[in-house]
Amino acid sequence: MKKSVRFYSGAELVAKAAIDAGCRFFGGYPITPSSEIAEYMSVHMPRVGGTYIQMEDEIGAMGSIIGASLTGVKSLTATSGPGFSLKQENIGYAYMAEVPCVVCNVMRGGPSTGLPTALAQADIMQAKWGTHGDHPVIALTPAYLEEIYELTIKAFNFAETYRMPIMLLLDEVIAHLSAAIELPDKELLVIKNRRRPTVPPEKYFPYDTAYGDVPPMANFFEGYRYHVTGLSHDKTGFPTTDPDLVQADQERHLRKVKAHINEIIDYEYYMMKDAEIIIFAYGSTARAARVAVDNARKLGIRVGMMRFRVIWPLPEAEILKLCSKAKAIIVPEMNMGQLSDVIERYAADRTKIMRINHVGGVPIHPTDVLNVIKEAL
Amino acid sequence: MAFEYEKYLRMDKIPHLWCPGCGIGVVLKAMLRSVENVGWEKNDIAFVSGIGCTSRAPGYIDCNTLHTTHGRALSFATGIKLAQPAKHVVIFSGDGDATAIGGNHFIHACRRNIDMTLVVVNNNTYGMTGGQHSPTTPIGYKASTTVYGNIDPTFDICLLAKAAGASYVARATVNKGKMLEKYITKGFEHKGFSVIVATANCHTQFGRKNKMSDPISVRKWIESREIPIEKARTMKAAELNDKIITGEFITHEEETTWWENYNHPIHEYTEAYQTIRDKAQERK
Repeated sequence: MKKSVRFYSGAELVAKAAIDAGCRFFGGYPITPSSEIAEYMSVHMPRVGGTYIQMEDEIGAMGSIIGASLTGVKSLTATSGPGFSLKQENIGYAYMAEVPCVVCNVMRGGPSTGLPTALAQADIMQAKWGTHGDHPVIALTPAYLEEIYELTIKAFNFAETYRMPIMLLLDEVIAHLSAAIELPDKELLVIKNRRRPTVPPEKYFPYDTAYGDVPPMANFFEGYRYHVTGLSHDKTGFPTTDPDLVQADQERHLRKVKAHINEIIDYEYYMMKDAEIIIFAYGSTARAARVAVDNARKLGIRVGMMRFRVIWPLPEAEILKLCSKAKAIIVPEMNMGQLSDVIERYAADRTKIMRINHVGGVPIHPTDVLNVIKEAL
Repeated sequence: MAFEYEKYLRMDKIPHLWCPGCGIGVVLKAMLRSVENVGWEKNDIAFVSGIGCTSRAPGYIDCNTLHTTHGRALSFATGIKLAQPAKHVVIFSGDGDATAIGGNHFIHACRRNIDMTLVVVNNNTYGMTGGQHSPTTPIGYKASTTVYGNIDPTFDICLLAKAAGASYVARATVNKGKMLEKYITKGFEHKGFSVIVATANCHTQFGRKNKMSDPISVRKWIESREIPIEKARTMKAAELNDKIITGEFITHEEETTWWENYNHPIHEYTEAYQTIRDKAQERK
């Protein structure tokens, strides 16, 4: 079989994977450091018969992908910190109306305009709590180029499976990194599509829980003629203020992720078998941490790493188990402790937590991590 | 024979939430009659709206209906139309929704000249939130946020749409339902972005704060200010202060001078995008 090895950048891989996952609509707005994704889409979307549009602003870009997805077309937008902030109201709409779509955020320093050209992992919490109200969240944090391709496809599959917007969080380093990589055989990709109604239009309800927590979704213009709103609604899709219905619906939304957590959580163990010191890491920071683990092992230090490929939801049970047995926990991240704060809740009185928080726009160096490993002894 | 509105309405959602005598009802009727006039299939139409009193209209229509976020209806609609160019997309918006919070989407939808129809119900106020002043509240008038009289200059939504590139622009008042129907029908038939402004009464919020607390008073006030566009062309600008100019602002049915339409649209957007697909696929 002919191997397909080519030079790709991280941004290009997001776009390529999206197209391979069946995405046929991209609505964007230029923003550093994510613009390359839009540029690639503007070339390739029309080639595959899809649509690329540069909208008037970030808010409009988010609206446009929700509209396209409602007609059955898988949709993507890409942005960075400030644009991610602007999109939040419509991201909330996609949660509320249960419209599948993928939002890629190539994170940069913040708050505000911050560090547009430097790397950061500044939006870990914005991805979780950026829009108002409670909602489930799935956010993916690839660390390698091959993984960007794999996890972008996974993001689309999650969107279609759970009928919700999915957050794909890259950092500037991996989005701009280029290397020759081999992509998986397209024939072997697992591509999921939203569950369609099996009932005739007169018996269809867009939020019918009779079919489980993720109701089948009809596309616009296929004869189902239903109503979609961001207001709290009942199973018919029309607004309701009935406290019991609203409560039950919010609980169902959260259950979509909670009840399937084992199918969603995704992490990798590195040198964990006898590890006494454990690093929790994600994204490009995990690459530095991995080198630090190798170097510490050479010194005879029993250290390992748990790397999150999916950062939300976290594998709570596994983290709790590790916190109970670890001598120390180290969390390196390119923000002031957005994940560390969460890990600290698990660590509590069980073990000590050591943070490495860099927000100056330069990567965390393996030596920075190694020094903390030595301190932890 | 009487028009069968029931054919297009979700009768189980009636009664509607609008106040008795609200102008939006006239606009909805004109809209449904226009759908009948052009013979569109219900399955092929998406009615999209933002937030506000007017934006509740799609919920009552038996089509694909989408009630989005405040001001953003046009962006959702753009996604729908680009993804399904053969289908019909109609947007309902109020004056605040379309020209304040949604102003950016409004001018850019006009600029793209994408084949959709936007109907703006202009009742000079934010009715749903309690009668605050909007970009079309006339100077000197009162709102719950301009108790000393409004000083904010107003937008003329038709001139705004025309300047931004919309290729069919018209205005009628709810006093003249037939005229409204005619313009909306023409908007539906027109290939390109159409904007129809319906000047309407909100007696509950706007009227009540301005000594016109019943529908008839506001409608008489609207009538007293209405100037047909043919007549307006012969008048001086100062004479048209506070007036509601009705008629067709741009139709593209006849040759116009550059000044009358210096922003003449070169193409309809979904058709133009198809040429991009063709080019991209040739180069593949």
